[in-house]
Amino acid sequence: MTMNNRSQSAIALLFCILAFGSYLFAGGSSTGTDASGKDSAREATAAVEHVTDADSMRLQGEQRFRANCGRCHAAPQKFPPRMMKTVLRHMRVRATITDDDMRLVLFYMTQ
Amino acid sequence: MLYLCRNTASRRRQGTALPGPVILALLLASICAVAQTPDNERPVPILSGSAGAFSFVTGGHNLIDTQINPVLLVPLGDRWLVEARTEFEGKFQRPPDGGPYGGPVAKHIDYAQVDYIASPYVTITAGRFLTPFGIFNERLYPIWIRALQPDPLILGIGTASSDGAMLRGGFSVNRAANMNYAVYVSATSIGISSVDSERHVGGRMGFFFPGPRLEVGGSWQKALQADRKSAFGFHMGWQPTKAPLNLRAEFARSDYGSGYWVEGAYRLRQASFWRKAMSRTEVVARGQQFFTGAVGWQASPWALPWANTREADFGVNYFVRDGLKVVGSYGRQFSPLGNFNQWNYGIAYRFLIPLGRVGAP
Repeated sequence: MTMNNRSQSAIALLFCILAFGSYLFAGGSSTGTDASGKDSAREATAAVEHVTDADSMRLQGEQRFRANCGRCHAAPQKFPPRMMKTVLRHMRVRATITDDDMRLVLFYMTQ
Repeated sequence: MLYLCRNTASRRRQGTALPGPVILALLLASICAVAQTPDNERPVPILSGSAGAFSFVTGGHNLIDTQINPVLLVPLGDRWLVEARTEFEGKFQRPPDGGPYGGPVAKHIDYAQVDYIASPYVTITAGRFLTPFGIFNERLYPIWIRALQPDPLILGIGTASSDGAMLRGGFSVNRAANMNYAVYVSATSIGISSVDSERHVGGRMGFFFPGPRLEVGGSWQKALQADRKSAFGFHMGWQPTKAPLNLRAEFARSDYGSGYWVEGAYRLRQASFWRKAMSRTEVVARGQQFFTGAVGWQASPWALPWANTREADFGVNYFVRDGLKVVGSYGRQFSPLGNFNQWNYGIAYRFLIPLGRVGAP
């Protein structure tokens, strides 16, 4: 019986250790969740800003496209970036569009 | 009859071979340019251009005009561009005594130039380039861009191409206005129907207001020899933000004559019926006048009307898909030499082919 009591005591101690460990682990995990949540929030904020920037650039690019390119011709379909870079370099010379306009139109036409 | 032919879109540039130094400069620029961009981001050479077939019925005489105008664009490094456009054009007519259509096929180089983007404000160009006089010659000439296929009467004022050097650029003056400019010197000037070994100097300046989408500008050109003739002109373009309307106008004056054209192109996107078809349809109207100058047309190196002339044109363009449009127009010309109708219909196509791997769009 003594052994049984010892066994029971050992099991109880092991259970307590596991429970405490689980509590610590759970607590630690909880702390970790907060930290990663902040990271995620930061990433999400950055992503939103990026998306907002991208949206803004796309919008500006479209406006610049309509203002500059639309003066002479209708909007072409979108081409791969390496083609659009060549086309825009050509149009920069031909239509004397500004450096900023070229960058924004390139962004718009390749997104 | 000759007059009739000169006043259709058959007034094209006459061909010449590029001078040796120009070709040498093109090759040297190609060799000297150093690529600075990673391979997967580097712009790729492109073969672009347009092809078309048109029928011009002028005073009852039919002229079939077929053409292909390839444009080669070769970017080199981050700042260089070699570009060239060639025009192959066949003009076929039925002989006066009947028989099958026949006629010459002309070919010539509109431009073959090297561009170096020196700064955001300056691009240096050398070789044969389109003379920056007005806006039609440089920007609106390609058949897939122009709203009406017949040329404006004053296109002959100012030269079509020049061999020499040019500085040009565009930049923001402030948030409300952009400025663009081009100044050039040339040793040879290529007219609509001639080649002159003349030295010219000239330029163009324009202001573009992005808010109201309004552009206004002026051009000037002067010969540096003989009688030192000069020409000047003004241009404007306006795209109202509230309507799919494109208004353009040019005025030009030289010793050979003066004149203007005003053109409006309206895309029927706002129509409430047949929306898909209407959004692809554009209606165009153009009015123009030409007044002969102090120097007779015989002395003119360009294809200008031989008498005071008025003309009104109306057209419809249907954009089948990107780069492909079907065109049709009617015009009437009034002149002391006789009044006549001009009918035109045809098809214009723009192509764009990469000369290398480009990846997914």
